[in-house]
Formats: sequence, C-alpha cells, structure tokens
Amino acid sequence: MIIRKLKQNFAFTAMWLSCGFTVLILLIVVGYVIIKGFAHINMDFFLTPPRGGLSGEGGISSTIIATVYLVITTLVFATPLGVGAGIFLVEYADNFRSRFVQKLVVIARFGVETLAGVPSIIFGLFGYALFVTTLHFGFSILSAALAGTCLVIPVIIRTTEEALKAVPDSYREASLAMGAGKWETIWKVVLPSAITGISTGIVLSAGRIVSETAIFYVTLGGSYRTPTSLMSSGRTMALHVYYLAMETRAFDKALATGAVLIVLIIILNLVINTVSRWLST
Amino acid sequence: MTGKKVMKTINYSLFYGDFKALNSITMDIPVNRITAIIGPSGCGKSSLIRSFNRMNDLIGNMRTDGSILIDGKDVYSQDVVELRRKVGMVFQRPNPFPKSIFDNAAYGPRIHGIRDKSELAAIVEHSIRDAALWDEVKDDLGKSAFTLSGGQQQRLCIARALAVEPEVILMDEPASALDPVATLKIEELMEKLKSKYTIVVVTHNMQQAARVSDFTAFLLTDLERSGNLIEFGPTREMFTNPVDSRTEDYISGRFG
Repeated sequence: MIIRKLKQNFAFTAMWLSCGFTVLILLIVVGYVIIKGFAHINMDFFLTPPRGGLSGEGGISSTIIATVYLVITTLVFATPLGVGAGIFLVEYADNFRSRFVQKLVVIARFGVETLAGVPSIIFGLFGYALFVTTLHFGFSILSAALAGTCLVIPVIIRTTEEALKAVPDSYREASLAMGAGKWETIWKVVLPSAITGISTGIVLSAGRIVSETAIFYVTLGGSYRTPTSLMSSGRTMALHVYYLAMETRAFDKALATGAVLIVLIIILNLVINTVSRWLST
Repeated sequence: MTGKKVMKTINYSLFYGDFKALNSITMDIPVNRITAIIGPSGCGKSSLIRSFNRMNDLIGNMRTDGSILIDGKDVYSQDVVELRRKVGMVFQRPNPFPKSIFDNAAYGPRIHGIRDKSELAAIVEHSIRDAALWDEVKDDLGKSAFTLSGGQQQRLCIARALAVEPEVILMDEPASALDPVATLKIEELMEKLKSKYTIVVVTHNMQQAARVSDFTAFLLTDLERSGNLIEFGPTREMFTNPVDSRTEDYISGRFG
C-alpha cells in the first residue's frame, strides 16, 4: 500500500515538475525578449524604416509592411488550394472507383504528410530554383509567397480535413435526403459547420509565415525598403531580426523586433480563439 | 387492402457486394396510411426504408434487383433530386443543421429554388405548424436549432421534411432517441400527418407499431442473413391473428 502511494506521489511530483519547468522556460524566453526589447520600442521604431548599415539605425516600418504584404499574398494563394484539396480528400476522394484515381489519392495523402515534415529551407531552395531563377520572378514578394504557399498548404489541408471529418455524417445525410446535391450539401451545410476549424488552420498558417526566416531568406531577398509591388524584394520582421543579430551591432533592436513579433504571434493566437468561439455560437 | 398504392416494391433485392441484404421483397405501401416495418436487428428494415429514397446509393458497390415504383415510376430510373423531394426522410437521431430554426425549415424550399422572402416565411410557418411545433418556437425562429429539446428537434426535422411538400415521409426509428413524452408527441403527430402524407416508419418497438400503424410489414433474416418479408397486412389483424408462426413468435416477444 505504502509503495503504491509513494509511486503515486512520485509520479504526481514528476509530472508537476516537468509541467512547471516547461512553463518556466517559456516565461524566461518570452519575458527576456519582451522586457529587453520593449526598452527600445517607441513610436518612431514603428514609423521609420531601417536605415541599413552596420549600426542598425532606424525602425521597422517597412518590415511590418513586408510581413503583412507577404502574409496576405501567401494566404490568397494557399487558402483556396489547401481548402479545396482538403474538401476533395474528405468529401470526394472515396467516391472514385477507378484504380488510377485511388492511387493518385493515396499519393496525395502521402504527399501531404511528407510535405508537412519537410524543413522550411527546402521549400526555400525549391522556391529559389523555380520561382526566383527559372521563372525570373527574382527575389520578390511573389516568389516568397509561392514558396510560402508550398510551406503552409499541408497545414491548411490537414486542418481542413480534420474540420470536415468532425462534421457529423447525419448533417450530410439530412441534406442529401432533402434532395440537395453533393456540392450544395458541402457548401450550405458542411463548410459552415467546419468553418471554425478551417479558419484556425488559416490563422495558424499566417503565424507560420510571420515566424519563418530561412525560406524567405532565399526567396524574398532582404531589401529593407518598403515593398511597392508583388515584384519588390523585401524583409519580413523575422528576417529583420536575423539581419540585425548577424550583420549589425544593434542586438537591442533585434530584441525589440523580436518582442513585437512575439506580441504579434500572441495576438494571432487570441484571434484564433475568439474566431473559434464566435463562429461556434 | 384498400386505397391507391403510391409505392410498391416488386421482387426487390438489395446487395452490398456479395451480401444480399434484402431478398425479393414484394409489398404495397398504401396511400395516406402509416405502414410500419418491424423485425429484429439486422433484418434489413433500414436497408428497405432507405431504398425508397435511394439513400443506399451512398454505399459503395451496392446494387439492386427487381424494382421499387413510386407513382408507377421506378425510383432507380428517375432523377434522385426529384425523387427525394417527393419522398422525405426523418432519421433515427434528430439531426437539425447547426442553423437557425427558420433556416432549418427553409433549407429544402431554398435548395429547390424558392428565393422570395415572404413565400419562404409562409412555407416555414406552415410546415412548422404541421409539425406541431409552431406554438413552442414562433418567437424564437432566429435561434439556433440546438437550443431546442431532443423531441422539439425531431419535430423540427419533420417540419424540414414537410417544407418541400413530399408525398411520402420515411421515418427511420424516429422516436428511438427520445423520452416517452416526446415519443408520444411524435406518434400523435404521425397520426395527424397521415391525412396528407403516406408514412413509412421503421421501428423496433412493437407497441409503437401496434399503436400508430395501419399496416405492418414483418421482416426476418433467412439462413443467408438476407432480409425476407415474412408477412404484410393490416396491423390489427397481424397483431391479433398473425398468419405466420414466426410473426406470432416475434410479436409475442419470444425472440428479437
């Protein structure tokens, strides 16, 4: 009896400690960046572009614009493709009897699984080879968004699939039994029920684009000027942190930019939560 | 048996791959009557009722033999959308859409092309009234259907089916997920609806079949586990004086 109780207490303490330790690490990292970083943040920091050079003068205005521009462009490409593929895999793929189509579906599923685990720099290399050089898009928002699309499509496909699978079949049956067609059923019943999960995937993807560096290092270039068109080179905030830390003496500004990034990611997560709650009522 | 026969099956067999789920069923569904399909679990009751509106189409490698006629036309040779408008269905568990009460009742009319707001409102009110739900929800039409109780949800599903003015309503164990009071309301409703509609109901509850139905079909599996129609006739006769000894055994509770 006593031994069992000891085991129980030991297990409880061990779990409690690992949980506490994890939270502690998180707080230290986030706390360090935010406290150190916020010391250097003021209105000017947001409103002026970086001035370049070794000293890392200037703010981050153009990198904020580049980040937003890139996120929006990527999602414009990735959302229809990812959601469409997710819908196909869940709602249509099993209807095809032909061996050929079934094989394609198996390959597609395998592809999605694999793509989700590929390091982002590989997508960067691919993007560099195809979009930047072969297609002559150069270092640009367009090249970066296309490479970023490859990066986040698996995320969107998977969350779409999960969201669609969570829709009870009884909804589909009810709709079909009313004489609705397959697409009508998906559009009017299934998608509205799955919208929470799907939008979560889209916001997660936005977070991924905001936080990735390597893939954009080789597709977006690194110009600190404000991007003016799809063909402009640019520098996202995460890239800017990298440049500041590695190529200038302004480590404090890297921390400040990092702090802004962390706050942005926290806001994105809050958006996910609110959107889910709002859509599910 | 009197009355016009709106639906009939002629030597109807249903296969899932190599498995024969229904074996040569021949029966008439009399118009404006309630026909109950009873039998033990796995006897093919659901497969049969789902044949009338071709919900079995969704299952891969199924095929059929013989025919099911509605208004003289084979269900498998007509447009499935039109068929399902004529033959509505209510399911075992209440399955309203995660939409407002109004949008649930308006779902059918909308997919069949009705856009006019006042027309939709009239249809919604009419069908919810017919489903004996109007007084309970008339002030809350904008609320989510999920705010309703299970019994109310099921009546909303009935209203949703009524909204496209079907000729036949199929009910697959419509009260099996409901409490006795809600069940009674559904049964009263069925009684009321049969003046306008032909109703086919699957039930595992023999008291329910005896209470609500005018005709009863008794299905039982044979040695190959295929469902066979053992007996079909007016409910009262079947429950008081069954022809087949297996029917008697089943309704007196000796098995099933």
